[in-house]
Amino acid sequence: MPDQLLYALEVTLNGLMAGVLYSLVALGFVLIFKASGIFNYAQGVMALFAALTLVGIQEGQVPFSHLINAIFGTEIHHFGWTVPAILAIMLTAAVMVVFAWAVERFVLKHLVNQPDIILFMATIGLAYFMEGVGDLMWGADIKKLDVGLPQGGSIWLEENTAWLGGDGFYGFFIDRLDIVATVVAAILVISLTLFSQYSKQGRALRAVADDHQAALSVGISLRFIWVLVWSIAGFVALVAGIMWGTKSGVQFSLSLIALKALPVLMLGGFTSIPGAIVGGLIIGVGEKLFEFFIGPMVGGATENWFAYVLALLFLVFRPQGLFGEKIIERV
Amino acid sequence: MIYREAGDFKTSYRKDSQTFPLKFDRVAYFVLLAVAFLVIPFIINDYWANAVLVPFLIYAIAALGLNILTGYAGQVSLGTGGFMAVGAYSCYKLMTGIDIFGVEFPPLNIFLSVIVSGGITAVVGVLFGLPSLRIKGFYLAVATLAAQFFLVWLFNKWGWAYNHSASGQINAPERSVFGIIVTGPETAAWAKYLFCLVFVFFVAWIARNLTRGAAGRKWMAIRDMDIAAEIIGVNPLLAKLSAFAVSSFFVGIAGALFFSVYLGAVEVGEAFGIQKSFLVLFMVIIGGLGSIFGSFAGAAFMVLLPVLLKNVLVGALGWPTDLAAHLELVIVGGLIIAFLVVEPHGIAQLWRLAKEKLRLWPFPH
Repeated sequence: MPDQLLYALEVTLNGLMAGVLYSLVALGFVLIFKASGIFNYAQGVMALFAALTLVGIQEGQVPFSHLINAIFGTEIHHFGWTVPAILAIMLTAAVMVVFAWAVERFVLKHLVNQPDIILFMATIGLAYFMEGVGDLMWGADIKKLDVGLPQGGSIWLEENTAWLGGDGFYGFFIDRLDIVATVVAAILVISLTLFSQYSKQGRALRAVADDHQAALSVGISLRFIWVLVWSIAGFVALVAGIMWGTKSGVQFSLSLIALKALPVLMLGGFTSIPGAIVGGLIIGVGEKLFEFFIGPMVGGATENWFAYVLALLFLVFRPQGLFGEKIIERV
Repeated sequence: MIYREAGDFKTSYRKDSQTFPLKFDRVAYFVLLAVAFLVIPFIINDYWANAVLVPFLIYAIAALGLNILTGYAGQVSLGTGGFMAVGAYSCYKLMTGIDIFGVEFPPLNIFLSVIVSGGITAVVGVLFGLPSLRIKGFYLAVATLAAQFFLVWLFNKWGWAYNHSASGQINAPERSVFGIIVTGPETAAWAKYLFCLVFVFFVAWIARNLTRGAAGRKWMAIRDMDIAAEIIGVNPLLAKLSAFAVSSFFVGIAGALFFSVYLGAVEVGEAFGIQKSFLVLFMVIIGGLGSIFGSFAGAAFMVLLPVLLKNVLVGALGWPTDLAAHLELVIVGGLIIAFLVVEPHGIAQLWRLAKEKLRLWPFPH
């Protein structure tokens, strides 16, 4: 095979892997949107917050130490212990559940029956709030996240694919972390689908997604479902935060990934879990290939906008996305 | 006692539908204008101009623009930063003289530059507004992100737009109106302020009269329910695109002023990033969707809040600046949520309620 084609293939593979990571963030959006009709802009910041909390707990940082030091003039930073990764992950998950409860109690409860756009703006406010709280709690410096996931290129894959090309080709380079992420995403999607199809709570969740009032009338507690769904979204955010945090460090830019997940959602449709996955893959592959072929001609860094423009053009022809429910409008 | 319509008789329809139906309001409006134009320029100093008044005026224009699109026409836009960048770069090109395919245009007067860059932004805005005919609600909000990221990227990569300067920055050259320098580092505080104020005055005047006329009613019909509006004879194509055009025109003017008068030197990703879009959106929400006064109130709030917090936390309590910055995020986020919970219609609604109370005071029946 000619080398150019092989490189394109490698770019495609890497694009698929990046797409999986986008899908992970997009998944959290879809869950909340389906269950409560809220477009949760804070999903990316939730991932950042979860990753920050995970690192903080793992390293035994004192929460709000910076703030406490500034007020009382003390010099405390760490408790002096480290927590094993698995325990830290469980504790962070618990924090995310508490967070879900707080969101329901202090924000959503008061905004029932408001127009969608108001709820959307509230989640933008929530994003700012959480970003600030996260920074206050754990400090704003870039942190290294390590929960024992494999990293670096897969040597095995490189060695076994090197024969495909000529002398200049050294085999496909794929980060092992991306492979792990793919497996995790697959497990997550399958278990979420099973959960919403076969468990009692899952059925209640789908009922709420279908019709709030009808669900209420058959005795489903809306408030419980909302806490549940925000908890699940928090958990998905935690997983996404671990993956992205391990890949590029825990820092503010993590929350911007949420913005990247938006075109993914538009492509896949806001209401479809498979759509989030397929949309993520299309965006991931599309932007990598575009950067590979067209990028050098226009000065590079096209990844910043390609996804949005693709989604925009796509939506003009199919406004509900690939897998979204058909939009029916009544007057 | 003084704030009521009793005794203030209207003898024509024209008078009945004026902007300020109460005499007290009319007087207050003209007093405010007189103070803004005749008093403040004489007492303003550099700190007040650069930290508070000039950013307030410029953001008020941007907020007015976005309010027309989001508050009146109901089309949520997250592309404000990108459109401001279009205004800024057009203004830069017009100020320094453009060469299009070998044809050289001489540098344009700064006053005209700002207005023409508003016009150019309007064209770009209409272009990115075209999908709004197919896409609605959140989908549109996300689609406008395409404008935001694409435009910022474009001005980063397109050498022609920044005259191939080595740093990639654009710097405002010195320009003057009637012999008074209004751009460049030598500008006096009062000149900056007055130059922006003139634009604010006309923009607000145009916005008010557009929104209470036929155009504004069409926008509001589209906002409330676009299909119903279409059935009663509002042309959604014209209504939506005119909203995009007017809104982008204002936002472009704000961008041009932001670059030429306020900052003087701009790096596009820093000055017109996605954060700017959200900032202006917050101004509109906190001030009040669909309200001219609200745009001003929101802009004042969002400009004053960081200044105030900085003075209190860093100045009075002596906290480190990064801590104050984080706390500012928390407070801004918390306030947005609180505002939406308590009063989804923003400061403008609080103002309206206060006025209703005032009309009855001191006899509440």
